[in-house]
Amino acid sequence: MLFAIIVAVVAFIVVACSAYLIIRDRRRRSLESHRRESSAVEAPQQQGEIAREVGGEPAATVPSFRDRISKARATLGNYLGSVFTRGTINDQTFQDLQSALIRADVGVTSSAEIIAAVRQQADEQGLAETTELLELVKAEIISRLDGFDRSLNLDLGSDNEEPGSGEPSSSEQSSATRSSGQRSTAVWLFVGVNGVGKTTTIGKLAQRQSLAGRSVVLAAGDTFRAAAVEQLSVWSQRSGVEIVRGSEGADPSSVVFDAIQHAAARSVPLVMADTAGRLQTKTNLMEELRKVRRVADQGPGKVTETLLIIDATTGQNGLSQAREFAQAVDVTGVILTKLDGSAKGGIVVAIHSELGVPVKLVGLGEGIADLVDFDPVEFVDALFG
Amino acid sequence: MFDALSDRFDQIFKGLRGRGKLTQADIDETLGEIRVALLEADVNLDVVDSMVARISERAKGQELSKALNPSQQIIKIVLAELTVSLGGEAMRLSYASKPPTVVLMAGLQGSGKTTNSAKLAHWFKKQGRHPLLVGADLQRPAAVEQLRTLGTQIGVPVFSETSRPTKVARRAVKEANRTARDVVIIDTAGRLAIDTELMAEIGDISSVAQPHYTFLVVDAMIGQDAVVMARAFDETLALDGVILTKLDGDARGGAALSVKEVVGKPIAFASTGEKIEDFDTFHPDRLASRILGMGDIETLIEKAEAAFEKEQAEEAANRLLEGTFTLEDFLAQMQQIKKMGPLGNLLGMMPGIPKEARNVEIDDRHLARIEGIISSMTQDERIQPDIIGGSRRLRIANGSGVQPSEVKQLLDQFSQMRQMMKQFAGAGTKKTTPNSRNRGKKAKHKRGGRVTEKGPAKVPKMPLSLPGLEDRVGGFG
Repeated sequence: MLFAIIVAVVAFIVVACSAYLIIRDRRRRSLESHRRESSAVEAPQQQGEIAREVGGEPAATVPSFRDRISKARATLGNYLGSVFTRGTINDQTFQDLQSALIRADVGVTSSAEIIAAVRQQADEQGLAETTELLELVKAEIISRLDGFDRSLNLDLGSDNEEPGSGEPSSSEQSSATRSSGQRSTAVWLFVGVNGVGKTTTIGKLAQRQSLAGRSVVLAAGDTFRAAAVEQLSVWSQRSGVEIVRGSEGADPSSVVFDAIQHAAARSVPLVMADTAGRLQTKTNLMEELRKVRRVADQGPGKVTETLLIIDATTGQNGLSQAREFAQAVDVTGVILTKLDGSAKGGIVVAIHSELGVPVKLVGLGEGIADLVDFDPVEFVDALFG
Repeated sequence: MFDALSDRFDQIFKGLRGRGKLTQADIDETLGEIRVALLEADVNLDVVDSMVARISERAKGQELSKALNPSQQIIKIVLAELTVSLGGEAMRLSYASKPPTVVLMAGLQGSGKTTNSAKLAHWFKKQGRHPLLVGADLQRPAAVEQLRTLGTQIGVPVFSETSRPTKVARRAVKEANRTARDVVIIDTAGRLAIDTELMAEIGDISSVAQPHYTFLVVDAMIGQDAVVMARAFDETLALDGVILTKLDGDARGGAALSVKEVVGKPIAFASTGEKIEDFDTFHPDRLASRILGMGDIETLIEKAEAAFEKEQAEEAANRLLEGTFTLEDFLAQMQQIKKMGPLGNLLGMMPGIPKEARNVEIDDRHLARIEGIISSMTQDERIQPDIIGGSRRLRIANGSGVQPSEVKQLLDQFSQMRQMMKQFAGAGTKKTTPNSRNRGKKAKHKRGGRVTEKGPAKVPKMPLSLPGLEDRVGGFG
């Protein structure tokens, strides 16, 4: 396959290059005429002003999901406002409803499913008033988000109770029990594409753990991005936790491994491992991540959480991110960051229903305390407030 | 980049291509599919609706059965609309008559401002300018360190100090004057568009620095919020353009369309990889073709032009079409092509590439393997690969450290390609039918019509059949 492609590419380029003179001349001429033509196209229609009011609620000292999200919810609320004051239910109501969901990045497929389900229920129950639809829509989305375990797992499994058994005690651990000796350190691995807020999230979560009286070691596994290690070490100082770092360009697996050894030697129960951001389409970088996870699961370490960080502004690509990362490193949960902006993070609805991976935490700001537990009812309530 | 959107359009148009006549139902169905494709590509809902309406209007307003066949006409309309929506021509930067030219970078957290500040500095440097990078992101831990590291990598000085961003900006311009730097690039902290305090701050930075260009850095993966965000930044800063980042993934890049259409500011640059060099000016017209699955031949040819000896390449192409292309030629051409950049990137610019092939990663090691195999052949073997039998194959395999089966595989591919090009050259003189476009699996790479104009004098009657070129050229005319 590879040879075929290379041979074809070479052949193609050779021909293309020698042909460029003819084509370019002709193309230039045609582009000009095209430009003349396109300048005659009407100016794009002015978009309707999207009304967005910044919530008037007083800033809470301890942010709760609802407080923080209310700032942004006015946007979707306004779209829906027009739907729910219209009176009787008709096709337009459902269309408007779907538009509102699409604007929240729920996606065409998921929103169509939700609307179809709501429509059926509305028919069955003989609803006629648009106002009655709201509860149905909320309930439908909540049902898609419900029923997941959202706690962060520190459980090292039964290895320690049956150290000599040699057999995996549960299928979940089958890949993780080859090592001899006792598992003493849980590892939380943080993965995601570039710029979603992995390092910041680890910083905040480290603070939470240390406030809860649990000691943590941070592993500065992002050895690629310039100054990522410095960034994490600033966070480690802020929350007073230890950090294990390698040199820039070091093998991330070895940094994570060292951190686990370091933690195990000091009986620290938890290592939180940062990794470099990577686009899910980069096969070699995803392979590198697989290796980090494999290595972290050896010796005293056991990966109990692999957390995928997703930026709330992400559109439909979020689904591709979740799918690829889940396949590569067996993602156990999602952390949805930057939900304090005007973006709705609707893509997590699709991630829940398609991949069954729950959102566990939500990032609502840059402060060290701006990380809260995800709550489906509040998420949906806040969206439809 | 934009592959996923291209794939969708590929599918939609595949259904259209064969048809001679389109009914209103065909058109409506196609428009419906285009709408979903654009929405799935994260194009803003309002933009999608107005675009689809315009396409529909133009499709209705025309006699669909004249000159072109109807499906080509729809493709042409969509292409024109996409080109208009993406902003027509590439943005041209001019420099301030009294240096320095000041550039302000703004955007959400994590969109890639710091990395792209450095990439932009590198780009200016390549244009013969002397940029100064300014670290005014005093918020994110270690942001300035990141910029300094990148600055060292590309040999561009970095100015920053621990004070306030506005002060840094003011002092930076003075610093540039003092050290004779003619471009100043100010990296700022990421901020949410609804954070009034921070938006006011960047407004202050802007009034202090008086930038000639203000760029909004936008993540290609952003969803429907792109428009809300871009509008807010534009209101505060009066943007000049957009830098689109992380285009190397499978993001469908709908943000590019929405932002341009709603805010009316062009996409000036695009970042397509993690390396500093993976950054260049953005060509909307090329991208429009690419979204429609017509490849990006323009860029490909530009790269080829820089890397190739033109006459040598012409000769090689001629031999290729005549069927007298040898492995010797192949090796020489492959070495030229290597200069054009990673083969995987080139592959992405070629039209009509099936999805499976497009996602294959090719690195230089694979090329080195092929080079090794060919280098281990004798002169005769390279010219006449047919003489290679079992024992010669084994010798070549041993010489290049590969398996004999790999040698065989390469030879098979090579002769297949030669065969195909020959047929292809022959087919070019006949009327191209839709079926002849898809001759066998590999012929898919070569899908398309033919260029009927005469080739250069050196290549008499060169019946070039280039993928998609006829469609493109014809589609415009």
